[in-house]
Amino acid sequence: METVNYLNNGHGLKSWLLTKDHKRIALLYLVSITLFFVIGGFFAMLVRLELLTPAGDLLTAETYNKMFTMHGVVMVFFFLIPSIPAVLGNFLIPIMVGAKDLAFPRINLLSWYIYVVGGIFTLVAALSGGVDTGWTFYTPYSTAAANGHVITAALGVFITGFSSILTGLNFIVTVHRMRAPGLTWFRLPLFVWSHYATSLIMILGTPVIAITVLLVAAERGLHLGIFDPALGGDPVLFQHLFWFYSHPAVYIMILPAMGVISEIVQAFTRKNIFGYSFVAFSSLAIAIIGFLVWGHHIFVAGQSVYAGMVFSFLSFVVAIPSAIKVFNWTATIYKGSVSFDSPMLYAFGFIGLFTIGGLTGLFLAAMGLDIHVHDTYFVVAHFHYIMVGGAIMGYLGGLHYWWPKITGRLYPEGWAKFSALMIFSGFNLTFFPQFIAGYLGMPRRYHAYPPEFQVLNVASTLGASILAVGYVIPLVYFAYSMVAGEKSVNDPWGARGLEWEIPSPPPTENFTVSPVVTEGTHQYVHPSQEVGLA
Amino acid sequence: MFTNFPFFPEQASAQAAQVDGLYFFMVAVTAFFSLLIATVLVITAIYHRRRHEDEVGVQIHGSLALELLWTVIPFFITMVMFTWGAKVFFDQYRPPAGAMEITIVGKQWMWKAQHFDGMREINELHVPVGRPVKLMMGSEDVLHSFYIPAFRVKADVIPGRYNVLWFTATKPGKYHLFCAEYCGTKHSGMIGWIYAMDPTEFQTWLNGGPRSDSPAAAGEKLFNDLVCVSCHRDDAQARGPQLKGLFGHTVRLQGGATVTADESYIRESIVNPQAKIVDGFAPIMPTFQGMVTEEQVLQLIAYIRSLGALAPPPPASPAGAAPQVPGKD
Repeated sequence: METVNYLNNGHGLKSWLLTKDHKRIALLYLVSITLFFVIGGFFAMLVRLELLTPAGDLLTAETYNKMFTMHGVVMVFFFLIPSIPAVLGNFLIPIMVGAKDLAFPRINLLSWYIYVVGGIFTLVAALSGGVDTGWTFYTPYSTAAANGHVITAALGVFITGFSSILTGLNFIVTVHRMRAPGLTWFRLPLFVWSHYATSLIMILGTPVIAITVLLVAAERGLHLGIFDPALGGDPVLFQHLFWFYSHPAVYIMILPAMGVISEIVQAFTRKNIFGYSFVAFSSLAIAIIGFLVWGHHIFVAGQSVYAGMVFSFLSFVVAIPSAIKVFNWTATIYKGSVSFDSPMLYAFGFIGLFTIGGLTGLFLAAMGLDIHVHDTYFVVAHFHYIMVGGAIMGYLGGLHYWWPKITGRLYPEGWAKFSALMIFSGFNLTFFPQFIAGYLGMPRRYHAYPPEFQVLNVASTLGASILAVGYVIPLVYFAYSMVAGEKSVNDPWGARGLEWEIPSPPPTENFTVSPVVTEGTHQYVHPSQEVGLA
Repeated sequence: MFTNFPFFPEQASAQAAQVDGLYFFMVAVTAFFSLLIATVLVITAIYHRRRHEDEVGVQIHGSLALELLWTVIPFFITMVMFTWGAKVFFDQYRPPAGAMEITIVGKQWMWKAQHFDGMREINELHVPVGRPVKLMMGSEDVLHSFYIPAFRVKADVIPGRYNVLWFTATKPGKYHLFCAEYCGTKHSGMIGWIYAMDPTEFQTWLNGGPRSDSPAAAGEKLFNDLVCVSCHRDDAQARGPQLKGLFGHTVRLQGGATVTADESYIRESIVNPQAKIVDGFAPIMPTFQGMVTEEQVLQLIAYIRSLGALAPPPPASPAGAAPQVPGKD
């Protein structure tokens, strides 16, 4: 007789669709964001295939424009933003704070339904003809000129925003109100700190994008003059509103990944983090300063040079807390007991790719240089290093690390290592050439391009094919593991943390006895090594 | 197949060298730190690899001195980048006086240019080497962005306002012109060529083309055709503000605010005259939105500019020479 856990406690579709268990809701999210990842990836492959040759010969210009638009909308709003918070955060935050569930379980389920409704709107927009505005919905093109179902897609983004807000709200209240006895703020896992910072951005930033896309829909549908100069509006106002959310949104994607990496680095060095409070507070610093840098997207739109200088300065400043994290992760490895299991390979990959992504961000923050590289492939390469090289590597690392806890089963480690290496090399081959193409002057969102850019684009497309295979392999072995994987013990990594003290998979109520916490996370005290404590 | 594939763009303007200088500095600094971090990370990890299954790490809680060190050093390095970047931008911000002026209008999906003497071009732009060229740019429809990679210059072209871009070409040749801001279906077809020419060749080219009115002359014709002159006149009966000597000066508005009469202000006064009312005048001017194209607005501005900084004495011609058309003020 199998022990009762959250997976077998209730069967049938209804027990899943009406669940209030944060762990089951996390799995609902896992399935839905995976679906969107596959859809968004399919659009990306079509884009890369078109760019194999300079002439626009595979897709029509209009179809190509719809492909990169839908790729961006789906990946940003329906995969990256929910990815780590809604799946891993949902599953782990209650357990990490020693609680039975999030503060508002019903609202948690509601946020998944809202996400699904928003997703359906977007899929309807895609299937009924698509949208060709770019994921940025820039006006007045989106309100006055664009083809397709802009309003439907905008409403999809608007609706999904509420799911984000509710998740953020739930996390903040949970962290404040539901910590186990003895679990002080400075004993919290860094994963929780980074999600706390992320939640602040979600609840403060998301309403702005919601209002902005609603105004786009109002101008397009009702001809209210807001952004279109022909109606008396201001197109650059849209860019201010859009980036006021969408730049912090990058931190919604990367902060949770940083939290994952902090956990993995500690678990796979069996060592507590170097400079806990600096890593924790750097998350908050990123969340706060991140709200004040949006103007670096508008340097060449005729913004005042003095405003530009303030935004440029703050954009350099926001890089510092990220650098602090990288240095502290590296210092944590020193004198650790380092293992090279697949989650740790993802963490190494993350640190390398995020470093490149972050440092190339400095190029874009430097105003004089941004004039040249703005709106070129340099920008495309930069933000993919952050969002794919950073956020997705973090997500996959976290999924591999906590998979035995989530499913109670192991996955084939050899395949996991192999796919991690494939993803790392495929990623670099895809996106590194784009830095060179960008500095050469290749503009983004080009359906056809001059022949001298072809070599770099062929390399990119080749890399994307390797990357795609790298992503399919985990999909296969995770599916296999779920049904036939070897059973896992409670703590297969020898890691520390509340989540590793409970059974795998956890029981519905997480803890049979409410835990009492007496020390911070990842304390690996070993009698023979106490001498080395510093 | 792959005969010509450069890995670095040509340097063909005075700005290009400045931007590349900053670029090389940043590549050197960031490559150094990336390699440093990667090397330390990999070597440390291998050196401290787990040697038996139940081994744990040495517990080290941190070091304030190290934290300060790796906060302060990156901060100072980034401040060097910030200052350098701001300086390059600042130098690029204001065009030098006496730059050769060309008006550019972007529309889906072409670039239209008009030289100071009236010469027009589409998707091509001929410029002389060694002389600052200033582009006054507007859009007829959506956002565009005028981008010449070989010159390292770019500026968005925005409907409803004018943006300025300037450069000094240094090397004769043929260079890409791209639209860098996504503008719809044929965005990637909104491209053209910049021809940087030896100044004498440029003059020959300029003289060789079919002649049309200079923008200011065309603007003057429009000014008369649209009967603007019936209100904007020099005598005491003028119902609209005097335009002679207006350009570049401060205008006092109703309510006491002031505004500088630049291109964007004049454009706004033509298409949306009620937005800013000059002190002492009634809000009676109708909008000309839809009646004049973006190029014609630019011609009207060129005409108003050509009226100079100082108002000449009132002309002798009798008042009311232009017919009064009801509703057209």
